[in-house]
Amino acid sequence: MRFLFKTHYDQDVRLFRHGGQVFWYGLLLAALFVAPWLLPDYYVSQLVFIWIYAIAAIGLMILVGFTGQVSLGHAAFLAMGAYTEAYLHQHGWPFALSLTFSALVAGITGIIVGLPALRVKGMYLAIATLAFGFIVEEGVARAESITGGNAGKAIGSLEVFGLPIDSEQRFYYLSLFVLVLVVIGVMNLLRSPTGRAFVAIRDSEISAQSMGINLARYKTIAFALSAAVAGIAGALYAHKLRYLSPDQFTFLQSIELLIILVIGGVGSIYGAIFGAAFWIAVQQFIVLAKDWLPPAIAQQTGLQPTVFGLILVAFVLFEPMGLYGRWLKIRTFFQLFPFYRKGLFRRQKSYMKSERLK
Amino acid sequence: MLQFLQLIASGIAQGCIYGLIALGFVLIYKATETINFAQGDLMMLGGFLGLTGTLALGLPFWAAFAAALVAMLFFGMALERAVLRPLLGQPAFTVVMVTIGIGYLARGLVTMIPEWGTDTHVLPVPYKDDIVSIGGTDGLILSMEHIVIIAVTALLIVGLYLLFKHTKIGIAMQATSQNQLAAFYMGIPVRRINMLVWGLSAAISACAGLLLAPITFVHANMGFIGLKAFPAAVVGGFGSIPGALVGGLIIGVVETLAGFYLPEGFKDIAAYIVVLVMLAVKPNGLFGENLRKKV
Repeated sequence: MRFLFKTHYDQDVRLFRHGGQVFWYGLLLAALFVAPWLLPDYYVSQLVFIWIYAIAAIGLMILVGFTGQVSLGHAAFLAMGAYTEAYLHQHGWPFALSLTFSALVAGITGIIVGLPALRVKGMYLAIATLAFGFIVEEGVARAESITGGNAGKAIGSLEVFGLPIDSEQRFYYLSLFVLVLVVIGVMNLLRSPTGRAFVAIRDSEISAQSMGINLARYKTIAFALSAAVAGIAGALYAHKLRYLSPDQFTFLQSIELLIILVIGGVGSIYGAIFGAAFWIAVQQFIVLAKDWLPPAIAQQTGLQPTVFGLILVAFVLFEPMGLYGRWLKIRTFFQLFPFYRKGLFRRQKSYMKSERLK
Repeated sequence: MLQFLQLIASGIAQGCIYGLIALGFVLIYKATETINFAQGDLMMLGGFLGLTGTLALGLPFWAAFAAALVAMLFFGMALERAVLRPLLGQPAFTVVMVTIGIGYLARGLVTMIPEWGTDTHVLPVPYKDDIVSIGGTDGLILSMEHIVIIAVTALLIVGLYLLFKHTKIGIAMQATSQNQLAAFYMGIPVRRINMLVWGLSAAISACAGLLLAPITFVHANMGFIGLKAFPAAVVGGFGSIPGALVGGLIIGVVETLAGFYLPEGFKDIAAYIVVLVMLAVKPNGLFGENLRKKV
């Protein structure tokens, strides 16, 4: 077990708490760096999906996990990012610029969606974002001159600073680079006053307000940042798929992002990444499992939703802290060995916390 | 003018369906303060049960209708007992995620049941294709399906009104929805009441499914119509039973009119535009209560 002796206030806010973390994260990064050389193209491609979903999930995590606002329309921000990128790419903007601009457009949309959040909360907000998601989906399908409508829109090949991104490997490095940037950015955000304000709002709006936090301002910032990160994910998604159509950004996509958060563990960046990895892995696993399952089951189109539903219900019932919570428990078990006891992570039960009262 | 009335009539029928599903949302929201995202899927299950009742078991339509309602009542209660009760006292978000999971499960499992599958089924109803015309042959023409929807909804509403006003269980439900803890102290078995509320809500949405079946057919994804019942519930003020119905009617009528008078595409998002306007103007809905927490 490691004991940290704090001798400086900076130690409370450092990105890496101790040397061990630097070592392990360095090792992880090195492993991820060599992975595309060792793995077949197909798996590299799946890893790229994990990075993109992780970015989108981190975006949603800012809102749901850290600020405590629900969004059922996050696919709309993905769509904004993706279509902005597609449009700008078509008009010959360099990638760095168009990516920034995609994030900006998504972020501004986020501010617009966040407006109701200043007046309504809880379930009403969820429904406002849901409504917005549907309107964007329909809008994308109708704005045929920009988005290509239901027929879809193809995207040309990508070039970053003169380097053509023409292989899975290169796109892998690009998306990994963006993911690392986003993770570092969000970690920094969380130790800044803004991030602390988010968490305060999540834990109690009334006490946050009493501490002088301007709710309207910080909620708007949370929506904008969350949407901007989702927009970045959308832009990468556009280049990954090379073909966009409105049915990639439906209500179910928004729900999928939420499921990723719940599976990974709400309230931490690890959760978003674990959840994304698990989600992609499960989909791959279902595809693989179809080969050795009896055909009567494997042929079922309902197999995938059934498995998703089971996993989601099981996680909420049995591991509400998600994969990250499970990892924490395992780690604590070994750290405290042999003093780990069962009730250490038990959920507190309250009778009913009413959200109907403001 | 006649055309306008015609549209209003079919809008009201559609709105009754939204209203019934919204009613299911509202009942559960009032009692347990969570939103059941599987409401539409419960409706779909109700439709399929009706299908099995009439086709496989050969029951007369109305008997199958009643049987499906009773079956869904018990299904809802079982669902509450098995999945929702362990989560009592958890944040609303957790419960919402579970109901989303239940929705996925329901949609997936239904396609695996041999007689149900992924196909679209026709529920044979005795009143199929009947029409009633008011004011002579060139007067207002109402299809029997729409009349049945409106009539059954009205009956159901009267029944619920009587239940909540004049029975012990109904009053206990009201008490629970106002303050669980106080209700518990008064000797009301809050958990059992919650179970009953889930059953009731499932039965109501099954009713909506059976009424809708002659119009849209029965298939695994028919539950997505439930997403349009959210706006209905919000417009009426989440937590108000008459509000749910009025909200449903508003959404139904607006949607039908938008489908006819506005360019293509507006029909599908009319409900959402209405709800956004409503949230901007009057966030608590038409019949919503405005409560504030005292610190």
